[in-house]
Amino acid sequence: MPSIAVIRFPGSNCDRDIITGVASITGTKPSAIWYKDTDIARHDLIILPGGFSFGDYLRGGAIAARAPIMDEIQDHVWRGGYVLGICNGFQILTESELLPGALMRNVGLKYVCRDVVIKAHHADDGLLSAFKDGQSFRMPVAHNEGNYYADEETLARLQDKGQIAFTYTAGIGGDKHIDANPNGAIEDIAGIVSENGRVLGMMPHPERNLDPIHGGGGQDGRQLLKNLIEAVAP
Amino acid sequence: MNANTTTQEHATQMGLNADEFARICERLGRAPNLTELGIFSAMWSEHCSYKSSRRWLKTLPTTGAQVVHGPGENAGVVDIGDGLAAVFKIESHNHPSFIEPYQGAATGVGGILRDVFTMGARPVALLNALRFGAPDHPLTRHLLSGVAAGIGGYGNCIGIPTLGGETHFDASYNQNILVNAMAVGLAQRDRIFLSAASGVGNPVIYIGAKTGRDGIHGATMASAEFSEDDQSKRPTVQVGDPLAGKLLMEASLELMAADAVLAIQDMGAAGLTSSAVEMASKGGLGMELDLSAVPMREADMSPYEIMLSESQERMLVVLKPETMETAQEIFDKWDVDFAPIGTVTDTGNLVLRFQGDVVANLPLAPLVEDAPEYDRPWEAITPPTPTPNDALIRDMPLSVALKTMLSSHFLASRRWIYEQYDRHVMGDTAIDCGGDAGMIRVHNTQKGLAMTTDCTQRYVLADAELGAMQAVAEAYRNITATGALPLATTNNLNFGNPEKPEIMGQIVGAIKGMGAAAEALHVPIVSGNVSLYNETDGMAIAPAPVIGMIGVIDDIMRARRQAITAPEESIYVIGNEGLGTGWLSNSVYAHIIAENTDTAAPPPVDLTAEKRHADAIRALNDKGLISAAHDVGDGGILVALAEMLLAGNMGAQLTLPAHRLTHDWAFGEDQARYVVAVADAPVFEAMLTDLEVPFQKIAMSVAAKELKLGADDAIALTELRRGHEDWLPNLMKG
Repeated sequence: MPSIAVIRFPGSNCDRDIITGVASITGTKPSAIWYKDTDIARHDLIILPGGFSFGDYLRGGAIAARAPIMDEIQDHVWRGGYVLGICNGFQILTESELLPGALMRNVGLKYVCRDVVIKAHHADDGLLSAFKDGQSFRMPVAHNEGNYYADEETLARLQDKGQIAFTYTAGIGGDKHIDANPNGAIEDIAGIVSENGRVLGMMPHPERNLDPIHGGGGQDGRQLLKNLIEAVAP
Repeated sequence: MNANTTTQEHATQMGLNADEFARICERLGRAPNLTELGIFSAMWSEHCSYKSSRRWLKTLPTTGAQVVHGPGENAGVVDIGDGLAAVFKIESHNHPSFIEPYQGAATGVGGILRDVFTMGARPVALLNALRFGAPDHPLTRHLLSGVAAGIGGYGNCIGIPTLGGETHFDASYNQNILVNAMAVGLAQRDRIFLSAASGVGNPVIYIGAKTGRDGIHGATMASAEFSEDDQSKRPTVQVGDPLAGKLLMEASLELMAADAVLAIQDMGAAGLTSSAVEMASKGGLGMELDLSAVPMREADMSPYEIMLSESQERMLVVLKPETMETAQEIFDKWDVDFAPIGTVTDTGNLVLRFQGDVVANLPLAPLVEDAPEYDRPWEAITPPTPTPNDALIRDMPLSVALKTMLSSHFLASRRWIYEQYDRHVMGDTAIDCGGDAGMIRVHNTQKGLAMTTDCTQRYVLADAELGAMQAVAEAYRNITATGALPLATTNNLNFGNPEKPEIMGQIVGAIKGMGAAAEALHVPIVSGNVSLYNETDGMAIAPAPVIGMIGVIDDIMRARRQAITAPEESIYVIGNEGLGTGWLSNSVYAHIIAENTDTAAPPPVDLTAEKRHADAIRALNDKGLISAAHDVGDGGILVALAEMLLAGNMGAQLTLPAHRLTHDWAFGEDQARYVVAVADAPVFEAMLTDLEVPFQKIAMSVAAKELKLGADDAIALTELRRGHEDWLPNLMKG
């Protein structure tokens, strides 16, 4: 099993959720690392959880992206380590330029919490290697700033290099009343990976649909995390 | 000692009348100084002292085998089995939310969360009850969008899911909206923390955010009417900081887990005043504080301002002296202020020092025990007569009436609101908003905790006693429909000016009705809040005694949702006979279809039937016989059925003979009823027959996405959904 750690910033609030979720799949609780601990042990996968790091008072993820622990994470990435950022974690990854583009306020300027369906894109290497092309997953989003944007050149590069990991797609229980794209993200982008495929940021929360009690039945988020863990396994 | 003595003039400005000021002077043997008078005015305000409602609140049932702590603590505590306890309370933030809807609602959420984690419980869910003015009133959109964003702004950031709520519109709330927030937490039953100070000489520690000038005299503001030209009380709204709230919550829970805390109290209404007074007086002790040591955000604050500030995210703690170092480390880790500001004494007095001088020295007993209690004159309510059905029924197909009602402000989807709330953080959400009750899993167990808020104020306006009884009954049904057993209640009494006998009559009636229902249904009232003076220029709100309720189910996998998700299931109404056939008076049908807005008699409530039918639902569900359940409330049977179909995106065909498909049958709001979907009809019917509970099969679910209402009346789900979902977004678009 891969060694997994979850970073906790002040204001992180999905740290316990992702720890519980991963443990239910691997049988081992990921380590929780407080952001003030800059000397992080080596792990295969570092997870930046959802929440409101430092209150998101400047922009989502902007303050966390400048915390000293991000230097350690940068080193981890340079060593070829894997990173998963969910929601606020994705925002921290774009703010720290570990991933390209930016997450802007949602279209409509309101927080949005609802189920979405995302379609995965396969890549031969990295975190997307265990996904089938077009494999779809239903799970909730919950964010103020999930409106992904990249300039034309960056977008072309993302498409060209297969870095668009997940896109929002229609079809929640046949209910077409609701827009598939919850935040106005360009090209319906819900998640992207780095060029080497080892840093993944995504807005939806797989840890919120991985238990039989969850509204969506618990299979989709579990499968998505399983795919990621499989890709990371040494 | 500060020699600035006060006069009646000062007292009047602070909302104390001549009798009250005379009583203070008599108890002290002198006139108080300004700081002391401020403390009295806050402690004796309606908000803190319940002086108008107390003699009636005492009559409510508050005990039961499940009750660990009833009213009097920061929140009620109920045993949920296996050594665990649920801690919960509802509280209003009506006045501040009208002035500044985002901050008013946000700090309402923050405040109720502190009430829960102060007791050692980790908050696990939020709910709310909101009332706004008429949909087309010029302030409604501004207030609704601010309140929804504020509730989400705080709850989402601090990371507690919002799992339920209710929103209603009525012109009586045009100038006085209601924002009631409820929080539910979980704790070890034997690790509940209380506020009574103990141990003479022990340190009193101030923790949390710094003190500023915000919210000074908020408790007094919440105890007075608004007036159009009185803006002077309005700038005193507190500002919330959910990150500070989150850090304070984590640090406090860690401090309690470290076994460092003897007593703890949040600084809510009346801030440092009420927390110090309550901690010292409950412990039968005294307290000496040095106000110069209070962490301050603004320069040159006076003792008066420090004592009455309602800055948010602050608590007062009596610490075990040997744990000071551990405590300091915890607060350093979370970057939260930690300031020793005083000691526990045995004097029975609250002594305040500031820059070396004693600035207040008050005996605690009069502050707490001698607060006035009024037996205000009240007028008994004459129950109105019902409007006869004949005067209300209109000639139109059922489908047209149904669609019109589902697209009305009473019944339209609240998705626009609850999609702004994080409903899944913490990872234990089983049922979120839009159903009868929310439900979370008790972390690391198989237990489910169900929760709801409810009140139908048009019923209460017509007949306060019956209306409040109905609110308890409906909350009880909401919990029951999930399969859970209701355990206990919290209440938020929102009324107008109690000095008016007709308003006091509403309060007395509502408390009587609520008490009778809580008693009969074994859901004691373990916490609550009173919000009076919800009036502007003499116009009172429609009274809203909001009920919050929690319940428990031992196996969460047996919890039921309202969505019908399979075809070929039999759909029944449980409890339809013997309770009158089709009560349309003061129903949604009457208001929307007949446009009859009379405050006519609401449906009668039969508490024995409520209990018996609910027990039957639980017995059926325990046998695995129910696949979906929904209580019948606003709009009656057909609305309940339509909501179940829309939730599961499944069609249905009514199976009753044509002559039974009348408007009073379809839309009557008779109580004690549920609509359920059932896969094994014969076993289900046999069991209900044994239980002697009336039932009636009304429909079959079908895969085709339409509701067939008879030989030549049908409506597609997409059409029902469109009106139902579009009403609120269209309103908010303007």
